[in-house]
Amino acid sequence: MADTLDSRRLPDQGPSTPRLSRRAFLVSMCAAGAVFGFPRAGLAAMNPQAADGQPLEAAGQRFEPTLWYWIDTEGRVNVNVIRAEMGQHVGTAIARILADELGARWEDVHIEHVDSDPKWGTMVTGGSWSVWQSWPVYRQAGAAGRLALAEKAAALWGVKASAVTVADGRVRAGGRDIGFGELVRRGLDRQFSEDELKELPLKPHDQLTLLGRDLKALDIDTKTNGQAIYGIDAHREGMVHAVPILPPTRYDCAITAIDDSAAKDIKGYRQTLKLDDPSGTAPGWAMVIADSHWAARQAAGRIQVSYQTGDATRVNEAEIQAENRRLADDADAGSILDTGDSGDVDAVFKGAADTFQADYTTQTVLHFQLEPVNALVFRNDDGVWEVHTGNQWQSLCLPWLQKALGVDEDQVVMRTYLLGGGFGRRLNGDYAIPAALASKALDGRPVKMILTRADDSHFDSVRPPTLSRLRMAFDADKRVVGMDSAVVSGWPTKVMMPAFMPKGVNGEPYDPFSSDGIDHWYGVGAQRARAISNELAEHTFRPGWLRSVSPGWTNFAVESFMDEAARHIGQDPLRFRLDHFKAEGRNAGQAPNSVGGARRQAAVLERVAALSGYGRDDLPADSAIGIATTYGQSRSMPTWVGGAVHLSVDRDSGRVDVHKIWLVVDCGTVVDPNGARAQVEGSALWGLSMALYEGTEFKNGRVADTNLDRYAPLRMMDTPEIEIELVDSTEVPVGLGEPGTTVVAPAIANALHAAVGVRLRHLPITPAAVREALRRAES
Amino acid sequence: MIECTINGETVRLDADPDMPLLWALRDLAGLTGTKFGCGIGLCGACTVHVGGNATRSCITPLKDVAGAAITTIEGLDADGEHPLQQTWRALQVPQCGYCQSGQIMQAAALLKDMPNPSDDDIDAVMTGNLCRCMTYPRIRGAIRDAAAAMKEASAHG
Repeated sequence: MADTLDSRRLPDQGPSTPRLSRRAFLVSMCAAGAVFGFPRAGLAAMNPQAADGQPLEAAGQRFEPTLWYWIDTEGRVNVNVIRAEMGQHVGTAIARILADELGARWEDVHIEHVDSDPKWGTMVTGGSWSVWQSWPVYRQAGAAGRLALAEKAAALWGVKASAVTVADGRVRAGGRDIGFGELVRRGLDRQFSEDELKELPLKPHDQLTLLGRDLKALDIDTKTNGQAIYGIDAHREGMVHAVPILPPTRYDCAITAIDDSAAKDIKGYRQTLKLDDPSGTAPGWAMVIADSHWAARQAAGRIQVSYQTGDATRVNEAEIQAENRRLADDADAGSILDTGDSGDVDAVFKGAADTFQADYTTQTVLHFQLEPVNALVFRNDDGVWEVHTGNQWQSLCLPWLQKALGVDEDQVVMRTYLLGGGFGRRLNGDYAIPAALASKALDGRPVKMILTRADDSHFDSVRPPTLSRLRMAFDADKRVVGMDSAVVSGWPTKVMMPAFMPKGVNGEPYDPFSSDGIDHWYGVGAQRARAISNELAEHTFRPGWLRSVSPGWTNFAVESFMDEAARHIGQDPLRFRLDHFKAEGRNAGQAPNSVGGARRQAAVLERVAALSGYGRDDLPADSAIGIATTYGQSRSMPTWVGGAVHLSVDRDSGRVDVHKIWLVVDCGTVVDPNGARAQVEGSALWGLSMALYEGTEFKNGRVADTNLDRYAPLRMMDTPEIEIELVDSTEVPVGLGEPGTTVVAPAIANALHAAVGVRLRHLPITPAAVREALRRAES
Repeated sequence: MIECTINGETVRLDADPDMPLLWALRDLAGLTGTKFGCGIGLCGACTVHVGGNATRSCITPLKDVAGAAITTIEGLDADGEHPLQQTWRALQVPQCGYCQSGQIMQAAALLKDMPNPSDDDIDAVMTGNLCRCMTYPRIRGAIRDAAAAMKEASAHG
């Protein structure tokens, strides 16, 4: 860097102005950047409030009642957050839960996104789990601090601890009053065991004063002035830059030759590494090393790499979908989910007076998180490998890194930066491996790797092509007596974390993230739900978890199907749904997470129908309102969502114009109302984007559309008005990052049918598909 | 050697004249607030001002900005108090935040050219800036609020 930058003061600033030295100028310029590197692993934490990302330093001694926070002598409360910040303001939500129970003043609260020390336990940010999982833990932690502060003050004043109150960062009894900081200064070292924590009394809901209020998120400021530090901004003195050359397909490719002769005259080009990956994460990678990213990019364009390739180069989207269909046809394939003891499905279908069946498919979808994947890796002075990157599932990635580097658990630490979009892409931290391998090949030298956008797309762990097949059986009175469902796709969890897969009732394991949504809360009589993995897909690419995962496609199927089934037997789709939400048996719900069960899902559906004016008959021709309802991500932690979409269809172009989206969401207690709305807005628009605009396909084993010239996510121009209603509730807070996504596509398909009478069963719904459907309907 | 002004400082950059301005800003000047998204000028994350105009720095070679005045998000306002930055914070626009430097720089150019943009103007100009968190409704609101605040300020100024 020092060799390539020079500076001078402007002449018009006068001769008396001292010329900034080159070094001084560099220092001042770099202050806006990020210069990191930690001699001790434990310092590898991140504070999104600070321009340099450095965590708050305690003033004086710290009081640490639990692992999750400390209070210093100035009364500042620093909350340790194991979740990654990727736009959900997760630290703000979690710190608020703790601060409320503790009785802290919000202005005193700070957050620290911690390093990957094993003491934090499993580190994962996904599944819309963060608030739900943190809620009991951080409340207990807050209660522990409150008790310790009260006891300390009580001893000081010679009163009973029960006579002491803790609120707004002050501890009070009678007329006396003392701050948290002063109590810490007087010496506080009370610690709590796990058993003690569980026994601590928590505040009743009506005494929680920070929850449900609009407080400013702690990560916002630095995201408006360029100071927020993402993985791509990581810097280490002496680092070299790396740009990979990817093999033709994800697996089965081996490099046979590298010719870099045409790159040798590029200034700053150093060498091209042929990576050897003992972890099997990134086989067939070459890594171009240079003094700058730009030099590495230019060199990469001139280097010829030859490969021995495998079968995957012959696989296209159509073959993967054909395999999905073949597997759905095979009655013996897959895992059978536990849908309760509901009767003999085959017998019911055999005896049915009428049946209805439909297949729904979705195309490959890219994450296209705006920050291309990247990582900076080096071996520090203590011999520990530091991995600086944005990551959603440190606990998944660290063992891969250990294997790749050939070291033990205590020899790798990850510093998690802000994520320039997660959306599930960074649950799979595979991109850190090649950067680590390159650093390993260079004897621990800092290597910073950034993928080009096209390579980010090629290496993406996409939402795979999916098929959902639904069948319903009716008796002679048109009553629903049975339902049989199958959902087929490549399974990310099977490929990356098989231990996360439970077993179905037939003993076969299944990926819940590739089947959630199919085991809905409708009472349908005899019910079977099968989840089937497509190994052709899994051998061609690495399937991924993408925002809302399977509920994003299974609900497109289930909720489109509920509309179709209702119309099949001549019933109103809203009435039909409500009639089958019976809060009984397995659909009654369970404390604490799904209290109310199907009753709560019916409530959000009814509310959104009323709010949107569903069923009104005064809309112009070719326009309509469609509805759908889901339970968010899974039966174990349902977020009840009702959605409605008003759209119109241009018959000539096939273009679908979405005018407005309504969402009614019951997520239990709302911790952070502003953040909650932001998550619902963003997730719903993500749903819209996947319904109408996003889709690519596999061609010769790799995705065909890799940049914005061909891949066209939702933009402002097509963004409709959104109206959101959050249900007032004191139930357990569940998740909000994804549930909004799940209702939009089926509501669109249902509105489209209501508007122009055609049924689209494939996502994305393109203008060409609409035109074709209209043409067929007319002929 | 290419000389230009970055946030009011004159700098001389000894770099490949074809190097995109984006990488010069990020890797040579250490100004990492400007982001790399697509590399083909279609996402807007790399938007800076060149001579006051919103410019996609990822497709602008250094040689094209010789002698030009460049402003990045770090230099938009010395204290980070541009009216747009204020409304961005007030409405809590950013989610992941990665595209927001580019969004704010694009919006600042918009308000300079069109102090009273209609909703359609805002959509037309801002639709070139992708936001994967889909903060579009709040971006619209923050631009409207900033336009109103700037109008108010100039009326009383």
